[in-house]
Amino acid sequence: MRDSTSIGIVTPQSAIFNTSLHLKSGAVLDSYELVYETYGELNATKSNAVLVCHALSGNHHVAGSYADDTKSVGWWDNIIGPGKPIDTSRFFVIGVNNLGGCHGSTGPTSINGNTGKPYGADFPVVTVEDWVETQVRLADHLGINCFAAVMGGSLGGMQAMRWSIDFPERVKHALVIASAAKLTAQNIAFNDVARQAIITDQDFHGGDYYSHDAIPRRGLRLARMLGHITYLSDDSMAAKFGRELRNGTYSFGFDVEFEIESYLRYQGDKFADQFDANSYLLMTKVLDYFDPAHEHNGDLTAAFHGATADFLVVSFTSDWRFSPERSRSIIKALLDNELNVSYAEITSSHGHDSFLMEDHHYHKIVRAYMDNIVT
Amino acid sequence: MATNVVTTPTSLSRPDFAAIAAWVKPGTKVLDLGCGDGSLLRYLQDVRNIRGYGVEIDDANVLRCLGNGVNVIQSDLESGLSSFESGSFDYVILSQTLQAMKHTEGIVREMLRVSCEGIVSFPNFGYWRNRLQVSFGHMPISEALPYQWFDTPNTHLCTLNDFEVFCHQHGVRVLERRVMNGDHQVTLFPNLLGMLAFYRFEQQK
Repeated sequence: MRDSTSIGIVTPQSAIFNTSLHLKSGAVLDSYELVYETYGELNATKSNAVLVCHALSGNHHVAGSYADDTKSVGWWDNIIGPGKPIDTSRFFVIGVNNLGGCHGSTGPTSINGNTGKPYGADFPVVTVEDWVETQVRLADHLGINCFAAVMGGSLGGMQAMRWSIDFPERVKHALVIASAAKLTAQNIAFNDVARQAIITDQDFHGGDYYSHDAIPRRGLRLARMLGHITYLSDDSMAAKFGRELRNGTYSFGFDVEFEIESYLRYQGDKFADQFDANSYLLMTKVLDYFDPAHEHNGDLTAAFHGATADFLVVSFTSDWRFSPERSRSIIKALLDNELNVSYAEITSSHGHDSFLMEDHHYHKIVRAYMDNIVT
Repeated sequence: MATNVVTTPTSLSRPDFAAIAAWVKPGTKVLDLGCGDGSLLRYLQDVRNIRGYGVEIDDANVLRCLGNGVNVIQSDLESGLSSFESGSFDYVILSQTLQAMKHTEGIVREMLRVSCEGIVSFPNFGYWRNRLQVSFGHMPISEALPYQWFDTPNTHLCTLNDFEVFCHQHGVRVLERRVMNGDHQVTLFPNLLGMLAFYRFEQQK
């Protein structure tokens, strides 16, 4: 067993792109900035680069921590680092904050050059295709012609799939974890309730809350609480909270009584402090629109016709938001195209969030796959 | 996950691999059901340059397959092969797993749906040492049947004769048969002297 440690102190970087970006919606961004982090060294042949795509609320800070805040550990630090399954002593790993995000890349909180004010609700709706296009430009900027792997969980896995479809010559392996080829109606429904919570918050001001010196906190908090419920499983909630009461007895009122209420409110508050509501709206739309089969009359096999990458697809048994069944439909399409593909269905009780957890077998699967990637 | 189909742990020896490889044309597409640690697929990739996929339910084996650099789909064979398109393979192999399947008829039907030809191997229950142990009043335990009656995953053991009757009754045409005893091929009284049976078959046209 190799020793595995954290990558240690990391520093974000940024790149400004002045070539206009034509978005799928028809909107055009004249210029934009992407914030990213890199871990490990790019080899001489530039063949060891791995792009890690983030999910709904993620960002470029994937691994390591910041010098001024050692508690700021990256969201996937348990799988990326020296000696870890995504081994930064072999791979050059890139994390990027996607366009429309709120952690430094151009998004709704950025100043619109044309108005001198934050974009707010005027920031165009983006799609996974648009994100991949911006990531391609970042790859060009870093001199990376072809990724050893593009990977991600959930919405991140959708980006990996899109890469393999849109830029087959630029990705050798795609790791699609706890993802789906499109959202179900139920998934879109959850997203819309989250959006409605934000949009109907009096402090939303049509998305222009910045100029009103307000934040639609209640809406964002509700959106996150709802989302969080769907990322956990019934069993994991039962195991962690059960019907535990904070004060041991019923108070016959509407204040926090059950531990689960306390937990969800805490998660909601924490999220509302650090995430922008307009970005959250955008991210949920990115999820809703993702459907590579759409332009092929619903035929996912046809959508993957041009793909050449090798795939690792992983799902988790208790993930009801992106269930194993959803992954199996991806597998079917990849098999139909005679692509190299492996699929692992991990037994886990943590629901959709399993992909972020440190599970022994899951990490071994990813490690075994990554170890066979020739750079 | 539903029922567990456990692949017989006595991994096939090289002569057994060779027996299967002899039937597999180079450059073809092969599906190995209950592929274990993937070593048969690895072998076929190396000596026959096949495009291979394995189906396996066991976590540890799925991990070993990835280590062996073969494609593996974690799935329960008992629930069918719905991920695989009809006629999408040249060969489907069911090596040392047929006898542990709950739905024997179902899996043979599925094999011939997704592939032109099927290849199975199984321990011959009619092997004389097995018969001898039964005649002395005990369930057989041997190299090919290494279990006690109470912990065996084998639910559908058969003899060569039984399998051939099954094929006949189910519209399955046997193309080739190979019977082995250790490293040796058995030609004389195969249902008595053969320990392991290999069949290559197709759907009767």
